[in-house]
Amino acid sequence: MMGGIIAAIPGATAQGLVWGVMALGVYITYKLLDIADLTVDSSLCTGGATSAVLILMGMHPLLSLAFAVLAGMLAGLVTGFLHTRLHISAILAGILTQLGLYSVNLRIMGKSSVALLRQPVVISLGNISMALVIGAAVIVAVVAVLYWFFGTELGCAIRATGNNRKMVRAQGVNTDAMKIIGLVLSNGLVGLAGGLLAQYQGSANVNMGRGAIVIGLASVIIGEVIFGVRFNFAYQLGAIVAGSVIYQIVIAFVLQLGLSTEDLKLFSAVTVAVALSVPTLQKKFLKPKAAAAQAGRE
Amino acid sequence: MLELKNIDKVFNPGTINEKQAIRNLSFTLNEGDFVTVIGGNGAGKSTMLNLIAGVHSADAGRILLDRQDITRLPEYRRAKLLGRVFQDPMMGTAGNMGIEENLAMAYRRGKTRTLRWGISNEERELYREKLKMLELGLENRLTSKVRLLSGGQRQALTLLMATLQSPRLLLLDEHTAALDPKTAQKVLTLTEKIVCENGLSTLMVTHNMKDAIRYGNRLVMMHEGNIIYDVSGETKKHLKVGDLLAKFESASDGAFANDRMLLA
Repeated sequence: MMGGIIAAIPGATAQGLVWGVMALGVYITYKLLDIADLTVDSSLCTGGATSAVLILMGMHPLLSLAFAVLAGMLAGLVTGFLHTRLHISAILAGILTQLGLYSVNLRIMGKSSVALLRQPVVISLGNISMALVIGAAVIVAVVAVLYWFFGTELGCAIRATGNNRKMVRAQGVNTDAMKIIGLVLSNGLVGLAGGLLAQYQGSANVNMGRGAIVIGLASVIIGEVIFGVRFNFAYQLGAIVAGSVIYQIVIAFVLQLGLSTEDLKLFSAVTVAVALSVPTLQKKFLKPKAAAAQAGRE
Repeated sequence: MLELKNIDKVFNPGTINEKQAIRNLSFTLNEGDFVTVIGGNGAGKSTMLNLIAGVHSADAGRILLDRQDITRLPEYRRAKLLGRVFQDPMMGTAGNMGIEENLAMAYRRGKTRTLRWGISNEERELYREKLKMLELGLENRLTSKVRLLSGGQRQALTLLMATLQSPRLLLLDEHTAALDPKTAQKVLTLTEKIVCENGLSTLMVTHNMKDAIRYGNRLVMMHEGNIIYDVSGETKKHLKVGDLLAKFESASDGAFANDRMLLA
C-alpha cells in the first residue's frame, strides 16, 4: 500500500498545482476582500467548459485558457454587480451567480460533459512529469502577477478595502469598485484553473466545480497553519499553493486507505469545518497562559 | 467655505425607532475657522459631521463646500476635500497593513489609483519626516502593522493621514474620547499644532467643555438637531464651563440635568 501512496504523489502534486491557481483566486476574495464568494463552484466549470469547447472547435489550447480566464472574469463581474449595485449580500450574490451559471455551463457544452480525446492540451495527466513543469510554471507566473498587482496603488486599495472599508472610503476610494475588481480577478483565476483542470483530466463536466470553494478554503487554511502568516506577500501566496498540494496529497492518501470517492465530499467538508473552528476551540480550551503566550507571539 | 442650508435628517422613518437627528440646520463655516462642537448625547453632532462627509445623505437641504454643491456627492468623492478622524481609533487606519502603507493610501486621497507601485522611496523619506513630528518613535517602524499600535498611536497616525494631503476641511469626531486623559491631551496638542501650522478649517466635536473652550476660535452648541448657541472671538475666549452649562439648562428645560455629569 505504501508503494501505491508514493506512486500517487506526483499526480496529486500536479493536481495540487492546478487547484492551487483556484486557491489563489479564493484567497483574493476570502482573505484580502473578506468576502466568501461561492461563485467559484460554477465559474470553475465555466472556465473548463469554455476551454474544452474551444479546443474541440480547433483553437490552440493555450489560447483557449485566455478565454477561460475571461469567462471566469465575467462570472465575477455578475456577482460583483449583484453585490455592490443591487446590494445583495455577498454570499447570496455568489449563490445566485453559481446557480445561474449551471445552466450557462450546460449551454456552453451542449451536454453535461465534453471529453478531450486525442486533442492537443497544454497539461495532461497522461504525462505527469511534464504536467508538474507546466503546473509549476503557471503558478510562478500567477504568483508573480499577483505580487506585482497587490503592490500597486490599486492593489493596495483593494487590500485595504477588505481590511477597513470606512477608512478606505475616507481616503477617496470607491470600495464598490474595489470589490468588483477583486471578484473579477478572483474568478478569472478560478476560470484559468478550470481550463487547466479540464485539459489535465481530458474532460470538462458540469459538476467539476462542486465544492471548489471548500477545496480553496482548505488550501488557504492548510497553507496558513503549516507555513504561518509571515515574511512577505509572495511567501503567503506560495504557502497557499503548498497548502493546495498538501490537500491533494492527503486526499490521494485517504483514497488509498480505502475511503470511497462517494464519501470524499463529506471528508472535505468535515476537514475544513474542523480547520475553521481551530481559533475558536483554541480560545475556549487552551489554558489562559498558553493563549496569552500565543497572543504575545503574534 | 462650508455652508449647510436647511438640512433635515431622519433615521428609520416610519418605524418605531424614528428619530429626527437633524432639524432644519443651517450653518456657515468661514475659511480658517477652527470650530468646536458640543452638545448632549443625541444632539446631532456626529450626524452633522457624517452628513458633511457623505456617510449619510440629507433628507432635505443643501451642503456647499467652496460653493460647490456636494449634497448628492458619494462619500468617496467628497474625500478629496475632507480629512477625517473618527472616535474609534480602529476606524481610521487599516490594521493589517503597515504604517507606510496606510500613509501611502492617505497620500493618494482623492486621486485615481493606478498600477504604479504603491509606495515610492521618496515618499518613505517624507513619511519618516512627518512621523518624527508625532514624537512617538513611529518613524523607525514604517513597516510595522498598524494593529500593533496603541489607540493613541493609531489616532495620531490617523490625524497625520487626514492632513498629509492638506484637506479643505478637517472633521474630527470626538477623536480623543476613546483615549486615556494623558494620551487625549497629547493628541489634542498635536491637533492644534497641525491645524494652526496649516491654517486648516476644522470642525471638532467634543464631549469635553473645557477642551471646547480652550481650542479653536469658535464654539457651537447643538441640541435636538440644531445649533442653539454660536460664539466666536473674544466672547468665546472668556467663556466659562458654567456659562455653557447654563445654556444647556435653559435649552433643554432641565432635562439636561441628566446629561450634566457626562459633560462636566
